[in-house]
Amino acid sequence: MEHGILMSGADVDFMIHGVFQYSFFGHQVWITTSHVCILIVMLILVGFAIAANRAMKKGSDVPGPFQNVVELIVEKLDGMVDGSMEKAAPRYYNYIGTVFIFILFSNISGLLGLRPPTADYGVTLPLALITFAMIRFSKWKYQKPATIWEDLCSPLPKWLPIWMPINLISTVAVPISLSLRLFANVLSGTAMMALLYGLLQWFATAWPAALHVYFDLFSGAIQTYVFCMLTMTYISNEIGDGTRR
Amino acid sequence: MEFNDSFILGCSAIGAGLAVIAGIGPGVGQGIAAGHAAAAVGRNPGASGQIRSMMLLGQAVAETTGLYGLLVAILLLFVHPLLP
Repeated sequence: MEHGILMSGADVDFMIHGVFQYSFFGHQVWITTSHVCILIVMLILVGFAIAANRAMKKGSDVPGPFQNVVELIVEKLDGMVDGSMEKAAPRYYNYIGTVFIFILFSNISGLLGLRPPTADYGVTLPLALITFAMIRFSKWKYQKPATIWEDLCSPLPKWLPIWMPINLISTVAVPISLSLRLFANVLSGTAMMALLYGLLQWFATAWPAALHVYFDLFSGAIQTYVFCMLTMTYISNEIGDGTRR
Repeated sequence: MEFNDSFILGCSAIGAGLAVIAGIGPGVGQGIAAGHAAAAVGRNPGASGQIRSMMLLGQAVAETTGLYGLLVAILLLFVHPLLP
């Protein structure tokens, strides 16, 4: 940083760095620290999943400690989906559970010294876009085109679609706000911890642990919960009473 | 008109300070949500778990506008989008 707003804190660094560059159909593409961190997170989760799978294959009626933990996680996640989606819940256990565990572990990975992958807009936007695609898909699957048109012109009668552009904008705003919320929360935590460590140097010993608990654990868990709850709320809004047209 | 870099960086810092004023709104909103949640638990202590999760969800949604302000501030301070 050669321009010096933070001349005193040249060590303040929470940006994404390129690890190596390669050429992809003529474009210069970078493998960044986000890729490396997301790979580490994925490897840990895949390792956990394989261990859980093996534990459940030879699971017994009297569960061992590891089987107990796995069952607890699955039950809690399924219970969360059940609580807000009711009848449609079983079809969304997989997606919500996967997204929940992935985002939660990504947010918490700041504790392991990684740069949280969710502090990269390239990670949160795809997550929100998947959610958006699921919302649109369930709308077309469960509602008649006439109803969809009526919803688009919603406050005004359906032969007067003046209000339609506004409704379209609010539809498009869903993935943007969903992804920016997660991104900005995690990024703000990362930025504040980087400022703390960069500017205070030797003074920042031991007590930033309390801030880590807030920024990484508490805020990360809350944002994970919010992302999943909003996904479920949006989808179950579109499903309605769950009868297929 | 020509401006030098220091002037642009100084104005970016002022802009970042102004952008985080957006934090006032979410503060008020989250306070209202927490106050009403406390009142609801007082009326119906049995539903405290559900009230807590609903409060956290509402607060997190209310937080979004403040985070947009914070994002603008972080971009102005660290990415320097206004520098030529």
